[in-house]
Amino acid sequence: MNKQEVSGGEALMLSLQEEAVDLVFGYPGGASLHIYDALFQQQAVQHVLVRHEQGAVHAADGYARATGKPGVIFVTSGPGATNAITGLATAFMDSTPVVVISSQVKSHLIGTDSFQETDMIGVSRPVVKHSYLVKKPEEIPKVVKEAFHVATTGRPGPVVIDIPKDLTDASYNFKFSYPKEIDIRSYKPVDEGHSGQIKKAVKALLRSKRPIIYSGGGVIQGNASEELTKLVRLLNFPVTNTLMGLGAYPGTDPLFVGMLGMHGTYEANMAMHNSDLILAVGARFDDRITNSPDLFALDAKKIHIDVDPASLSKIIAVDIPIVGSAKTCLSQLIEELEKEKYEIDKDSLEPWWDQINNWKKEHGLDHNLVDKAPPKGKILPQQVVQSLYRETKGDAFITSDVGQHQMFAAQYYHFDKPRRWINSGGLGTMGFGLPAAIGVQLAHPGSVVACITGEGSIQMCIQELSTCLQYGLPLKIININNQSLGMVKQWQDMQYGGRLSESTYQGSLPDFIALTESFGHVGMKVEKYEDLQKSMEECFKMTDKLVFMDIYVDPDEHVYPMLEAGKSMQDMWLDKDKKTWE
Amino acid sequence: MKRVLAVLMENQAGALSRVVGLFSQRGYNIESLIVAPTEDPTLSRLTMTTIGDEKVIQQITKQLNKLIDVVKVIDLSASDYSESELMIIKLSNHKDTIKKIEELGGSIIYQDETILNAEFIGTSSAMDKVLSTWDDKNLLEVVRTGILGLSSNAKTLTI
Repeated sequence: MNKQEVSGGEALMLSLQEEAVDLVFGYPGGASLHIYDALFQQQAVQHVLVRHEQGAVHAADGYARATGKPGVIFVTSGPGATNAITGLATAFMDSTPVVVISSQVKSHLIGTDSFQETDMIGVSRPVVKHSYLVKKPEEIPKVVKEAFHVATTGRPGPVVIDIPKDLTDASYNFKFSYPKEIDIRSYKPVDEGHSGQIKKAVKALLRSKRPIIYSGGGVIQGNASEELTKLVRLLNFPVTNTLMGLGAYPGTDPLFVGMLGMHGTYEANMAMHNSDLILAVGARFDDRITNSPDLFALDAKKIHIDVDPASLSKIIAVDIPIVGSAKTCLSQLIEELEKEKYEIDKDSLEPWWDQINNWKKEHGLDHNLVDKAPPKGKILPQQVVQSLYRETKGDAFITSDVGQHQMFAAQYYHFDKPRRWINSGGLGTMGFGLPAAIGVQLAHPGSVVACITGEGSIQMCIQELSTCLQYGLPLKIININNQSLGMVKQWQDMQYGGRLSESTYQGSLPDFIALTESFGHVGMKVEKYEDLQKSMEECFKMTDKLVFMDIYVDPDEHVYPMLEAGKSMQDMWLDKDKKTWE
Repeated sequence: MKRVLAVLMENQAGALSRVVGLFSQRGYNIESLIVAPTEDPTLSRLTMTTIGDEKVIQQITKQLNKLIDVVKVIDLSASDYSESELMIIKLSNHKDTIKKIEELGGSIIYQDETILNAEFIGTSSAMDKVLSTWDDKNLLEVVRTGILGLSSNAKTLTI
């Protein structure tokens, strides 16, 4: 294979095969015709035709998050490329490995404002880990090799390869050979943590009386869940996960205190605030976690493990920074604990655990809301998530969109395994859920994949229902319909005197059932609490069909707890009238 | 606080835009920036002056290092360093102008009956001082390169 004469387009397809790519998401256009012709003439790489390039990137991103393998996207020049930007920014903020191969106008037309020309390298620059403008067909194999290496190693992230149309033309052929090794002199991610820092960290862990382990998406991306779980159990420490980190530690385990941050559990936020030691792993102390940085966990010594040195002491000054991959550094901590036969005095943590369990008893989340008829008669959004959790036995892949439903899903669906919870945490991209679910379902054809969404988010990429029919994807779409942009409305209720500026639709919502059916799928409408569980059962019985459940819920429900802006992590709204301060 | 950073980066199209983009994207200041290929034609060397406290400079350094095109970054101002700047000014040609330029250590690189172009080399503050000796009427135009810097010890910025 390495000796044949090939065109640039064929070289691209062969390079993708070398990277073991089996699936590409994309949308063809003028500048990518040569590439699509090369795609047509081979079998190893399959293509999924989406209905909008944003959907392609989200689908590839979902595929990447669910598998750990890079997601690959083909888009054409101009609008094809710009439509991919939201997807790139989403992947960038959540550090997921995707490679966008955008076509560009012919080399001699670049810079002339030609038809469907956009400076993709320029437009995408702030939202990619790196990008390449290919200059010669012969460069394609090396660029692909480098791009996949950069996208998947260190702190993963999106990479763009922009290829002018003439470079993929079948009229020019050259000898294909794929590089075996890659060496980028300016890019050498660190894997192993500094041994002195590891020793220091272990000593600090053992000295602490009120510790907490705070882990984020880096543990999932870095495939370090096993190591995290082992360390937590070895130490008997409480552990909290960020929105991006859910599933890294089993959500049903007694040492798990729930998600932390803006809508984290009372006990997780209180434990963070009152701790004397925080071990942060693959998390980045972002503003949705810390609340005011200058009031953040003032008594706590901070240990921070991250593969990205720039994440260390960026927002919160760290006492023991450790640069390295989550997997290797956690293994080093475990090894150090075991090697030195340190005595782990689990009894000394008892008062701390009593305190945490008290917090949980006082204001913990009620995970059995679904058993009680809702007070106002309208289904509560929390009940929908709980009903879904029970029906899927907690073992589904769940994607979500952005807003209240996303927070309810994070709070009430307990994720016991990594890569099961797929959402846009960093960028907060409405429209992510449905295309992401497409990628997840294609990655795991036999598994149950549900998309928790809202009537606002789902309309942002609803065209992908058509893609689902083309590829026979039996997704379950759980539309938590509160007839308003719920999170916007919540803030307007709480901070803008209830002035609902442009957050409702004035009766203009589509008939989602008819809409779903017109796309060739099954629609179900649920309005009564009494029908919820039964409908959920019915939905999941249709294993070979896409089912869109349009579930009408109480539009006045808010997400709590909620951190009060400008204060610390212990300052939370617990419901509409109850706050923890004053 | 003024800081001088030296950056070695791949001499490639787009590399500079990534560095400059990083500064605007993350809200860092660039006071001056100067870039040229090095004796190794695959590398460019960039000297930039920026303003920030220790924490900001640390972030800038880390974020620069994160760029794939950036090979090495050092904060020259973290220890002793030498700096120099080239300045060319355009002056009205009066009878005592040439003498004054020579007194200030400059050299004339162009002259005709009405104007003179004079070149000065030195630290930024020396250049500021030179400028302050002329009144606005005679000083027609100024162009400065921004600071070039080298560490003042045996260590070198190479790969």
